[in-house]
Amino acid sequence: MALEKITRVAGRAVHVPGNDIDTDRIIPARYLKCITFDGLGEFLFHDVRKNADGSDKPHPLNEARHKGATILLSGANFGCGSSREHAPQALQKHGIRAVIAEGFAEIFFGNSITLGMPCVSASRDDILRIAAAVKADPDTEVAIDLATQQVSFAGQTVSASLRDSARDALLNGRWDPIGELLEGAADARKAASRLRYMAV
Amino acid sequence: MPKTLFEKVWDAHAVRRLADGQTQLLVGTHLIHEVTSPQAFGMMRDLGLGVAMPHRTFATVDHIVPTDQASEPYADPLADAMIKELRRNCSEFGITFFDRSTGKQGIVHIVGPEQGITQPGTTIACGDSHTSTHGAFGAIAFGIGTTQIRDIFATQTMALGKLRVRRIEVNGRLRPGVYAKDVILHIICSLGVNGGTGYAYEYAGEVFDRFSMEERMTVCNMSIEGGARAGYVNPDETTFSYLKGRPYSPKGAEWDAAVARWRAEASDPGCAYDDVVRIDAADIAPTVTWGINPGQGIPITGMVPDPAKAKGSDERASIEEALAYMKLKPGAPIKGTKIDVAFLGSCTNGRLSDFQEVARFIKGRRVAPGVKAIAVPGSQGVGLLCAELGIDKIFRDAGFEWRSAGCSMCLAMNPDKLVGDQICASSSNRNFKGRQGSPTGRTILMSPIMVAAAAVTGSVADAREVFGMRAN
Repeated sequence: MALEKITRVAGRAVHVPGNDIDTDRIIPARYLKCITFDGLGEFLFHDVRKNADGSDKPHPLNEARHKGATILLSGANFGCGSSREHAPQALQKHGIRAVIAEGFAEIFFGNSITLGMPCVSASRDDILRIAAAVKADPDTEVAIDLATQQVSFAGQTVSASLRDSARDALLNGRWDPIGELLEGAADARKAASRLRYMAV
Repeated sequence: MPKTLFEKVWDAHAVRRLADGQTQLLVGTHLIHEVTSPQAFGMMRDLGLGVAMPHRTFATVDHIVPTDQASEPYADPLADAMIKELRRNCSEFGITFFDRSTGKQGIVHIVGPEQGITQPGTTIACGDSHTSTHGAFGAIAFGIGTTQIRDIFATQTMALGKLRVRRIEVNGRLRPGVYAKDVILHIICSLGVNGGTGYAYEYAGEVFDRFSMEERMTVCNMSIEGGARAGYVNPDETTFSYLKGRPYSPKGAEWDAAVARWRAEASDPGCAYDDVVRIDAADIAPTVTWGINPGQGIPITGMVPDPAKAKGSDERASIEEALAYMKLKPGAPIKGTKIDVAFLGSCTNGRLSDFQEVARFIKGRRVAPGVKAIAVPGSQGVGLLCAELGIDKIFRDAGFEWRSAGCSMCLAMNPDKLVGDQICASSSNRNFKGRQGSPTGRTILMSPIMVAAAAVTGSVADAREVFGMRAN
């Protein structure tokens, strides 16, 4: 299966500040009542973006100047809590292509990479510098280069890293592992045959 | 060379190294439920693939089931569509489904152990972060996303990077009124909500040696709330005696062989850990949360933190955000905070011993006026045992609503929800903003006995005082 080699993500950015933003906040549980991922983008960050009557709360994602942003900036431990893939799916369906944060919860990180959505870690100061540039001019292009692990914006460059296996998977177009896993199916059956509890 | 249980289980299930450096890991036992699996079945259909080892996947329905309605169609058409979709998928792909009609349905993390499916030395994955629960048996168990559910359907494997292992030893004796829930809340508050990122936790020490399987499950369950994707306890006699005679446990000569194998899975004396943390059991108090993540907790005798006294701007901002949401006053005692709802249940604390222990103390007591109290057994099996022991009656007599099995108000994907900014004393695992179904609803996490104390007094209370618990 030929997958896109994701070497660079560039676009406008939006800053959603805060640490420990959990997946219930990214997509509240009641919107998980679905049997496809279609339509989840509409409910991204729903409860912090919308009032009960459907009107907008003040939130960066509601600001007209950030419409069409494809890179999300946030704080530490982004995506903690529930393993719901609905969270990265909602981000992606909303149009987000990459997340830059101080750090990521493990399951969220893995789910995002498997969808081809890079999650890169940068220092707080650097994220605030990017956020400041975006605030000053929302049309600022923020570009994540996965090969060099650098983010450039408004004439500045900062470093942003992600673990080697994820970087390799994105750069080489093997972020969805299904093809490779299927190639190992015979080996998997052999390994299973050595485990008593897996017998039919 | 001496090895940890984690390394032994990992090595036995490692199929091969993938090009990106991760491991193709065999997932021996795959558990699924209605919320995170339908899209994975859809992907299988799109790829034209069948399930590689259907006998190693087990399904149940838990998140969306109404706990006060057994008959279908459910009042919520979306919930009704989801249970029917799971039924159709299991039937089409040849997967065992513990449907409500089987009498074996319940929260996936209660059903697995109860059926004897959860066994030492195995790998277990489920599209649910609380899969770490199964580690209580000395399994490596972790939550996954939906695309990985597809991977396991298709190959019985998934791609995963190896975790490091942190041993957390709790030695000494717990004080009266301190329970397994307090142990894990204390660990999360000490090490932080992301302190476990990249780690599997090995829980050990005298407290865990003495713990029952249900207590071990409560602790392992919330590993993910501390950032650790997996948490486990080495298998011992307690583990084996729990498993003996369960429907999926090995039988006869197979049993003895299995116990010998399981015994050998435990971490070897002298094995190396990436980190070791030691906690004195006597330092653990009945713990309650005051904030919007499970690491924001204090002893019941403590005060709500004051942002003015925070260490640094980061901590100040997070305290301010939490207090604004929780509408709690800085510096005020947490004890005495009025509650509207008391919820007893969930994959953390919805097992027989949770209800048994509370029943001992609420017998003859009444839920305070104005408090809605609901008790929800984690599985039909737990509900049945409670009925046999007359526990359901004790709860009803005390003014609790006694419900049928499901996730209920832990995450409110069913009719059990908070309304407006109600405060809930909850035995569940997450106090995130909006977690219990209302965007402004407030959750205070605590042990089942502390939920009972809050239910009968109408406010957050010290169960040791309310129920007159004394040193043994």
